Amino acid sequence: MKGVASGQGKGAIELRQITKRYGKERVVDAVSTTIAPGEFFSLLGPSGSGKTTTLMMIAGFADVDEGQVLVDGTDIVDVPPQRRGFGMVFQNYAIFPHLNVFDNVAFPLRARKLPNDQIQERVQQALELVRLERFADRFSRQLSGGQQQRVAIARAIVFQPSVVLMDEPLGALDKNLRYQMQVEIKEIQQRLGMTVVYVTHDQEEAMNMSDRIAIMNNGRIEQVGRPTDIYENPASNFIARFLGEANLIEGTIEEVREDVAVLCTAGGLQLRARADGNVQPGARAHLFVRPERVTIVRARGGIAADPAINHATGRLAQTSFLGNILRHVVEIEPGIRVTVDVQNASGGLFRAVDETALLSWRAADSVILQR
Amino acid sequence: MTVKKSRKFSDATVFILPAVLLLALVFVGPLIWFFIQALASVGTPAEMLSYAWTIITSKAVVTALMTTNWISLMVTLLVLLISYPLACYLANNQGMRFTLVLFCIVVPYFTSIIVRTYSWMVLLGRNGIINQVLLYLGVINEPLALLYTKTGILIGMVYVLLPYMVLTLFATMKAIDPSLMRAARGLGASGFYAFTRIYFPLSVHGVVSGSLIVFILSIGFFITPALMGGPSDVMIAMLIERSVEIMFDWSGAAIMSLLLLFATLVLYGIYYRVTDVRRMMGA
Amino acid sequence: MTTTGPTRSLSAYVTVACLVLMLPIVIVIILAFGHQGYLKFPPESYSLRWFATFFGDPRWQRALWSSVLIASIACVIATVLGFFAAYAFVRGDMRAKKLLLSFMLLPIIIPHVITAIAMYFLSGPLKLVGNVVWIGLCHATVALPIVLLILLSSLQGVDVNLERAALSLGSSRFGVFTKVVIPLAFPGILSSALFAFLASFDELIISLFLAGVRSETLPVRIWNSLHLQVEPVIAAVSAFLIGVTGVVLLLDAFVRQARQARLASYSNVR
Repeated sequence: MKGVASGQGKGAIELRQITKRYGKERVVDAVSTTIAPGEFFSLLGPSGSGKTTTLMMIAGFADVDEGQVLVDGTDIVDVPPQRRGFGMVFQNYAIFPHLNVFDNVAFPLRARKLPNDQIQERVQQALELVRLERFADRFSRQLSGGQQQRVAIARAIVFQPSVVLMDEPLGALDKNLRYQMQVEIKEIQQRLGMTVVYVTHDQEEAMNMSDRIAIMNNGRIEQVGRPTDIYENPASNFIARFLGEANLIEGTIEEVREDVAVLCTAGGLQLRARADGNVQPGARAHLFVRPERVTIVRARGGIAADPAINHATGRLAQTSFLGNILRHVVEIEPGIRVTVDVQNASGGLFRAVDETALLSWRAADSVILQR
Repeated sequence: MTVKKSRKFSDATVFILPAVLLLALVFVGPLIWFFIQALASVGTPAEMLSYAWTIITSKAVVTALMTTNWISLMVTLLVLLISYPLACYLANNQGMRFTLVLFCIVVPYFTSIIVRTYSWMVLLGRNGIINQVLLYLGVINEPLALLYTKTGILIGMVYVLLPYMVLTLFATMKAIDPSLMRAARGLGASGFYAFTRIYFPLSVHGVVSGSLIVFILSIGFFITPALMGGPSDVMIAMLIERSVEIMFDWSGAAIMSLLLLFATLVLYGIYYRVTDVRRMMGA
Repeated sequence: MTTTGPTRSLSAYVTVACLVLMLPIVIVIILAFGHQGYLKFPPESYSLRWFATFFGDPRWQRALWSSVLIASIACVIATVLGFFAAYAFVRGDMRAKKLLLSFMLLPIIIPHVITAIAMYFLSGPLKLVGNVVWIGLCHATVALPIVLLILLSSLQGVDVNLERAALSLGSSRFGVFTKVVIPLAFPGILSSALFAFLASFDELIISLFLAGVRSETLPVRIWNSLHLQVEPVIAAVSAFLIGVTGVVLLLDAFVRQARQARLASYSNVR
């Protein structure tokens, strides 16, 4: 498949303070980041966070009001989209309805005035890559959503771009197909070694595919990092909640020793968690812990006084059955509820409401968040 | 930090320029030139104003304005009454019936106004087909005076302007969710009650914009009243044409035109407020 | 159900209304084929005599030729300029879009008498009375709003991402027009051209002032005849104009059908 392989080592992107304004509102506000060649980089955020606008500025379809977009060291802000040479995949596929699959995929090659035999060969290879070689003379209306998306991908990579931009490409597909396409896109990206900038609002999708994720909110990047880093160490309440379920227990910082802080809730419960150097005693903050890191046992006397483990007792307020997971909500203090997820293994817990429950989790699994 | 000017993809705006240029040179330009030149030839601004006052208060203009107003109101009302059930029918039928009724509305709509006027002249004349039929049937003893009367004008204008109203109403009614009427019936409303409380209020928007467009077109109407009206039925547009064609009175024509233009633009301004101009003429 | 009563009377009303709406059109066509020299209905015998008169008379011939020429000029100008303007409205981001659009629709709102007199006022000194290109331009202003209204809805149906995709795939701005926008908007463009032609072909008031004796159009000749003495040939000329309308509507229906069929063929193979 080297016919379709992209230029290795190219496709580094750097955004420097790019800003987009609509009237007075800054929909993208001084966003800066660097994307390495061959990296799969996702822009993740809720709708209205500015992720698509950022992608459109990289693509050249939205003007950059301030800042620079550098590709392999050159500022491309003034280059029109047709000369940026990025492959692009759209949410609604944007397959030309008046052209068949072959002509759609051949479109960028014809625009580049390649000789006919090369066009034949390259289109053939691209269609093989997305397993659509038998569909060359069909029109988009005759294809399923997944097939249309494969055409869009073939069309975006057939001219060997070093960068491919994808705007929620799987947003219109149903859940099962979406997972399958995630795997396929990731495979193609790794095989061809191209840089992918991928916009999505689906956190599972971003975590599954990305080398790194930038989480956007209100026009800014809130956090950039590898999926596991962001999941384990969210920088803010927003990110903690946005990437899956999160418990955020409010309280006041009582003391900070090295990188461990003690947080005291309104009811006087003391809990320990990791904290960075900015955490000061006396500050209001939240303790973050994922529901699957909390364990639940029937309340029994005698709590071992291990400072590396947090304990709390409470009343089981609610239980729900979610298939592979059993979810328990425990009220440890008036107004403070902790969600606990337990794998639905054989003999999994499923307790009666109002029973007293003892919760425990490792201090190392929880983080103090101040935003 | 560099500040960049807007460019590139969003510059599709420039494609509007040729059309704007055409309108500026062939439409707006001549209008402005005509008004300035025709009015300047009267003399000083004071003379011009007193001349304008003489024209506007002259018996001919006052009568024409009253005739124009009366005819336009009558036409709008009649067109509305005739069109509403037609549009209702169109909005609630599909297939062959829909196509057939639409055909009967669209064919006259796109037929030349002069042809439509001519055919009504043939029908309504003293020895016209309608009088022949009525005499033959013994309904009347002597021919009715239909042509060259206000009745003639009304018939002709209603016929010409009807499609505008039907298509506007149809567009509004098509957007009314039929399940609303079903819901009303399901809640125990009678057909009449459901119509007056649900359907009609939801179609009022179309009634207003349709009436406005018909009235706007009526007050500037020329061909039909000129051919089908009697000597005393002079509408303002006819007076304007006559003062140029017969009396070569450019200044008088300009003043009357300004009056008509002003009324048209005010009404169009209201139309602009209440409706989406892109839906004009049921497009 | 209590709906049958009102429904039945509505159907009856609609039937009568449709008959009355079609009556004038049908009467004119029947009269055109009558043999007599006067308007008697129904005609006692039928012939193509008045059509022969129409097509045999050099003055009517000249009027027909002027009409066709002027309408063609107006149609080309209005369609081309209207296409680009509609594109600008759909894709451009301009301020006061709605206001600008309502300005561009003014030629069909402002009474034609006023427009025609203003154009005539300018045409005299510039020796443009009777000039077919000038009349075509003047008609184009009246046809432009029609083109705009048709193409606005047609271009709104072209997904902006298709244009972005074409650009991102390396197509030039010109290529986006020729390879994506025009092919996809083609039925709308054809329709708008047809109706622009018809608008000019049937236009009377502007022609009345600007045509002079040199370039009298068909509607102008009919007008003159109706004012002086109604010649029997008018019925034939009117029937001819109705025929042109019919052809335009048929072609338009055909364009829509062809588009539907093409869409269907995209999805029917296998």
